[in-house]
Amino acid sequence: MFTFNTYRFTLIAAAAALAIPASYAQAPAKLKVGFMLPATGTFAALGTAIENGFRLYLNEQGGKLGGREVEFFKVDDESDPSKAIDNVNKLIKRDNVDVLIGSVHSGVAMAMARVAKSSGTLMINPNGGADAITGSMCAVNIFRSSFSNWQPGFAIGQAMAAKGHKTAATITWKYAAGDEMAKGFKEGFEKAGGKVTKELNLPFPNVEFQALLTEIASAKPDAVFSFFAGGGAVKFVKDYDSAGLKKGIPLFGTGFLTDGTLDAQGSSAQGVLTSLHYADGLNTPRDNAFRLAYAKTFKMQPDVYAVQGYDAAQMLGVGLAAVKGDAKNTEGFAAALVKATIDSPRGKFTISKAHNPIQNMYLREVSGKENKVVGIASKSLEDPATGCNL
Amino acid sequence: MDITTFLIQCLNAVQYGLLLFLVASGLTLIFGIMGVINLAHGSFYMIGAYMAFALTPIVSSVFGGGFFAVLLVGVVLSVLLGYVLEWAFYSYLYNREHLQQVLMTYGLILVFEELRSLLVGDDVHGVQVPDILAGTLQLGDMMTYPVYRLFVSAVCLALAVGMYLVFTRTRLGMMIRAGASNREMVQSLGIDIQFLYRVVFAAGVAIAALAGMVAAPVSSVYPGMGSQVLIICFVVVVIGGIGSIKGAFVAALMIGVVDTFGKVFLPQASGVLVYLLMAGILLWKPDGLFKAG
Repeated sequence: MFTFNTYRFTLIAAAAALAIPASYAQAPAKLKVGFMLPATGTFAALGTAIENGFRLYLNEQGGKLGGREVEFFKVDDESDPSKAIDNVNKLIKRDNVDVLIGSVHSGVAMAMARVAKSSGTLMINPNGGADAITGSMCAVNIFRSSFSNWQPGFAIGQAMAAKGHKTAATITWKYAAGDEMAKGFKEGFEKAGGKVTKELNLPFPNVEFQALLTEIASAKPDAVFSFFAGGGAVKFVKDYDSAGLKKGIPLFGTGFLTDGTLDAQGSSAQGVLTSLHYADGLNTPRDNAFRLAYAKTFKMQPDVYAVQGYDAAQMLGVGLAAVKGDAKNTEGFAAALVKATIDSPRGKFTISKAHNPIQNMYLREVSGKENKVVGIASKSLEDPATGCNL
Repeated sequence: MDITTFLIQCLNAVQYGLLLFLVASGLTLIFGIMGVINLAHGSFYMIGAYMAFALTPIVSSVFGGGFFAVLLVGVVLSVLLGYVLEWAFYSYLYNREHLQQVLMTYGLILVFEELRSLLVGDDVHGVQVPDILAGTLQLGDMMTYPVYRLFVSAVCLALAVGMYLVFTRTRLGMMIRAGASNREMVQSLGIDIQFLYRVVFAAGVAIAALAGMVAAPVSSVYPGMGSQVLIICFVVVVIGGIGSIKGAFVAALMIGVVDTFGKVFLPQASGVLVYLLMAGILLWKPDGLFKAG
């Protein structure tokens, strides 16, 4: 009896000892990717585009990043900063994700970054442009595949000055993104010799622009810089036209003024100049291939958000390959990404020390239903990353 | 600020104020007559705006176009909608507590938003200004004022005067006012108060929807527009005195002026000026400017 039990025990133990490492060696655990994106509300379409872009790259890699198969976890962030901490904790603590992807709204992205920084979880932000995420709040484990609010603002400021405009009025919503883009614009415009003569703003998301348009007409600047998005952008561009300002004072803006809104803006948007890190009609082999693959897979045209999602997956793949799939090795991940060049549909870009893309800012002109690229507003523009000590 | 700019800003202020009045008047009407706090009122404004967007191609293919035909069809549809909603939901709310009214009408907001999302999606849409109203008035060398905004003001003003006349000069108005003060007494005089309420409610819905339709070409059409307008409308109703149409008129114009000139002279504080105005007036007159009844 005794001998038999010992024998059996030894046998089982030996089998287990052989079996367990063997099973580990065969298939490493799946990479847990946590999407924290808006699935409902005004930004839902943006969240979908980001996820589509991410999945497109993953499919192109045969479903693996850094040698690991991918498993998705999702929460709807509802574009609500007050729920952001809870939502991100669900992904980190409950689902134990290896990497966080999110979000669209700058406020949500800020809250996510704060939690990601303290938990050390790898995070790639595929949209939210708040300067602080790759500025004063930057961290070794936090990256951005999109832009900082300062970048498109600064670039369009330079482009406006290059067009020979000497004075400008700015008009935005009074909140973080509006303030940061207007600040970037002012810096770019005044560095190039222009002068901002009037700074107008109204509370977010108020859309009664008429009083401010009257002020612009009365101040008569050479040109106007504006940042609005979504419904507010549609209304602003139409109001600007119907107030009769468009003929006399050219309208400039960051790309969000005319991205995804051209159908509703109609003829009022024609000729508006904006800057962004993506545009229609780039017509590079890389972009054409991407657009074709995206359209085939999802039966819709990609936009800047899809590109940002695609590049988030690319950055994740590059970083993970360097650390052999070990997402806990954020130092190694970061070191590899800062040296890497990302072959994006928007054009190749590198990652700054603060983990923000160093990228071309295109100058785009609205023509028909497209934001056609007409030049480069600022080449390989790097965010100053004020306050970042990486 | 030169005199032309000042005059145009005054026009802006009045136009914004009148539009606010149009939306808020339905809200205060429904509260004043039936005692129902209708949170879904902003949704009626949104429904109006979406109707202007969705009906334009349909109406133009049937009647051969015309913004005014769209307005007419939209008003008829919204009267029907109001009538059905009163019959199906609001008639059960008259003698309930305000908390219950708020809960149910909040539920209606969610239903309307979801229906909108299903039927027309979450995109932002624009509505063309009709050709005959598309021009601008030249005032000074760079200063212009869109004709369509004058039209909006004219429609709002006409409705305000119309409402005033109906309430003070007609038999219907008299019955409505009497019904608001004493429902049982009016009923015992042989007047069908149920029908009367239904008419008032349908009118309230139609006015909000009309405001949405008229505003659509200048405000564009987007998800959540109803909730935005609802908040400022509550401010109008509270400042004016709950249930008072006259109060709503005065309060809406005050808000138009404060908001417009606030944006120009104190842009950093323009978001709170309207609420400061409300706080100031409530300190001075806790029931609002014109207490109803």
